[in-house]
Amino acid sequence: MSDQQLAVEMRGITKQFPGVLANNHVDLSVRTGEIHALVGENGAGKSTLMNILYGLIRPDSGEILINGKPVHMAGPRDAISLGIGMVHQHFMLIPVFSVGENIMLGREPVTGTDLYDHARARNAINDLTKRYGLALDPDARMGDLPVGLQQRAEIVKVLYRGAGILILDEPTGVLTPQETKELFVVLRDLVKSGKTIIFISHKLKEVLDISDRITVMRRGQVVGHLTTRETNEEEIATLMVGRAVLLRVDKKPAKPGAVVLRVEDVSANSDRGVPALKGVTFDLRQGEILGIAGVEGNGQSELMEVIAGTRHAAGGRVLLGDRDITTYDARTERDAGVAFIPEDRRGTGLVLSFSIAENSILGRERSPRFSWNEFVLRLVAIRDWARRLVKEFDVRTPSIDVAARNLSGGNQQKVIVAREMGSKPKVLLAAQPTRGVDIGAIEFIHRRIVQERDGGTAVLLVSAELDEVRSLSDRIAVMYEGRIVSIESPDTPEERLGLLMTGGGKAREGAA
Amino acid sequence: MSALGDVGQLLLTANLWQAVLAAAVLLLLPALGGVISERSGVVNIAMEGMMLTGAFFAVVADLAWHNAWLATAVAIIAGGLIASIHAVVSIQFRADQIVSGIAINIFAAGLTVFLVNRIYGLQDIGHIGPTEGLPYIDIHGLDQIPFFGKVLFQQNVVVYLALILLVGIHILLFRTRLGLRIRAVGEHPQAADTAGINVFLIRYSAVISSGLLSGLAGAFLAIGVSNTFVPNMTDGRGYIALAAVIFGKWTPFGAFIACLIFGLGQAIYDNNSTIHISPYLLSMLPYILTLVILAGLVGRSTPPAHDGLPYVPGSE
Repeated sequence: MSDQQLAVEMRGITKQFPGVLANNHVDLSVRTGEIHALVGENGAGKSTLMNILYGLIRPDSGEILINGKPVHMAGPRDAISLGIGMVHQHFMLIPVFSVGENIMLGREPVTGTDLYDHARARNAINDLTKRYGLALDPDARMGDLPVGLQQRAEIVKVLYRGAGILILDEPTGVLTPQETKELFVVLRDLVKSGKTIIFISHKLKEVLDISDRITVMRRGQVVGHLTTRETNEEEIATLMVGRAVLLRVDKKPAKPGAVVLRVEDVSANSDRGVPALKGVTFDLRQGEILGIAGVEGNGQSELMEVIAGTRHAAGGRVLLGDRDITTYDARTERDAGVAFIPEDRRGTGLVLSFSIAENSILGRERSPRFSWNEFVLRLVAIRDWARRLVKEFDVRTPSIDVAARNLSGGNQQKVIVAREMGSKPKVLLAAQPTRGVDIGAIEFIHRRIVQERDGGTAVLLVSAELDEVRSLSDRIAVMYEGRIVSIESPDTPEERLGLLMTGGGKAREGAA
Repeated sequence: MSALGDVGQLLLTANLWQAVLAAAVLLLLPALGGVISERSGVVNIAMEGMMLTGAFFAVVADLAWHNAWLATAVAIIAGGLIASIHAVVSIQFRADQIVSGIAINIFAAGLTVFLVNRIYGLQDIGHIGPTEGLPYIDIHGLDQIPFFGKVLFQQNVVVYLALILLVGIHILLFRTRLGLRIRAVGEHPQAADTAGINVFLIRYSAVISSGLLSGLAGAFLAIGVSNTFVPNMTDGRGYIALAAVIFGKWTPFGAFIACLIFGLGQAIYDNNSTIHISPYLLSMLPYILTLVILAGLVGRSTPPAHDGLPYVPGSE
């Protein structure tokens, strides 16, 4: 390692947060001109480490060397002047500003009188986008751009600041497979032009695809330095989780029964009042998992909400068995046997300030099991129930009285999954059931979803992760612009699904 | 119906519109401060208290030194000091900005009454002499233009200053580098921070600027429009200015239009002796206008995305 020049060297970095040792004597060395992957589960300390490198957080101890020189950083400004740039997981973009203003922010060109210089800003951006082959319109309003272009703007922003070292925090989390491919082309070009890239991810396939070397973290410590060419998914996953992990979903062929849920020509508007569903039709059978693949924002969320009863359908019918449940609200849907794991765990799935016990009966508090006359809560029964769920679904918590807010993302999700599956539903709607959840918890939730299927539940799955849809589903419906464009089998090649998801490709006949 | 006729008559007089502009400027100054503060992401409902404090210290200083300019400077500084309390509480200690604002308004009302009693005893604070207030200046030549001359060019010096500030602050916010940064901090402080912008410095400066402007408004009220200090003399103007900020969609010129509408209500009330309607009813006019405008005419207006939210570095 010594014969190669190091762009970044972090030695013995320690950072204590109240109650958590986020980084415990962490060493990281990144060679100049390489793509270095930093992997680990949520809470492993990757983000803390990178925030330290970017000057957003000050470490309690340890030292940082940039291009061989020890440095001290008081804030992002210092990091920027050292040539470090960061593309954050949650974009640091201002939707109401133009692309140009976003990129310039902090280093704006001005005329003599401190007036913002639009012409020079535009030229600077055009130069950059040409040099790196990153087409962007500097005058577009940032909020109007698709996510892939927003990310591109983030990268250009970092390049504009003259960064030689780029940190990308979970850059593919929001991208389609196609956009991810484009991103990787860009990253390889950047490395060719002499940049160094630190790539944070938990998607192991991508890490293996793009990186040169890998540093694995677990619980605040570095547990492995790997060379990408000499390792594989299983080895990395085992290091990350601390035990052997089953990466593939283990399931038997489905035994679909009668049609339970029938969606007929359903249309609905989005929150902004524009049509989001334009005539969606499909059948869902007992004992099968129907996965919906699609780029986010093509109507998947609205479809789930219409079925769950939290959004009005503008047209069409939803039938549960032979009952028309189109106009049912969330409460009557639940009573009819439709369970819903919503995509927004913290906003819709849980009341964060409520305890696990209280969260475990949300939506079912009127049932005779949990209350007398729909009025007085049966606290003992509720607590027994919560304890059972916590045990059965392996929710890691000191007690059922802990507020949901204080659980990790994976455990929060398990509480929701437990509650919804615990209601013994006929139909289970699972929207992004493992978003932002650790590998260990993903494995567990996947197994439970398959168990539900095997128990005869009809499962409708929506996920932005194509891998998840492909590995769990028995059939895959591809959604594009508010319509189901094709129904495919789960072993359809990723390329074809990616094409369908972006409006290309031809639908297969008679697949439904 | 005669009341309506009276108002109609009134609307045709230059005197009324002259008063409208003056009344509007009393609201415009704190409203401009509110726009700057909220654009940077700090909700400021303490303009009332800052203005009242400015009014009090303007009179105190003028009585002591017999110099309106010095008195105005003192009022501006007093407003700035009160604002810096709000800044420390809401930026440094991340307290609820509404609660901090209310506390400051109550504090300012109490403080000024207390100081009046303490310094001047139980009797009146006293009046400043006719030559010791902020002067009215007729712009030579232009003031002879029929109707508009009287409305626009026979005004208090503060009115001219406020109109210059209106244009200046508009340019500052929407044409300069600093303005871009102020708005960035109010929209997305994390983004601004990661771009190397000092979020705290910008928010402190913005809040304190709002205090300086409100202090100036207080001076205008106490030693420009009137010639003494009366407890609670701001009479809710700080709150109406806040409504103007929202009505104006957090822009200087939008706020100015709102201030003109409110100023019209105020000026009509001030002329109540010529209108055959209960002055008590008329006195409600500015406030009824506030409610009607906020509820109906504005509709939904979107504040800066991080208005009212404290910034915690390193958070997401």
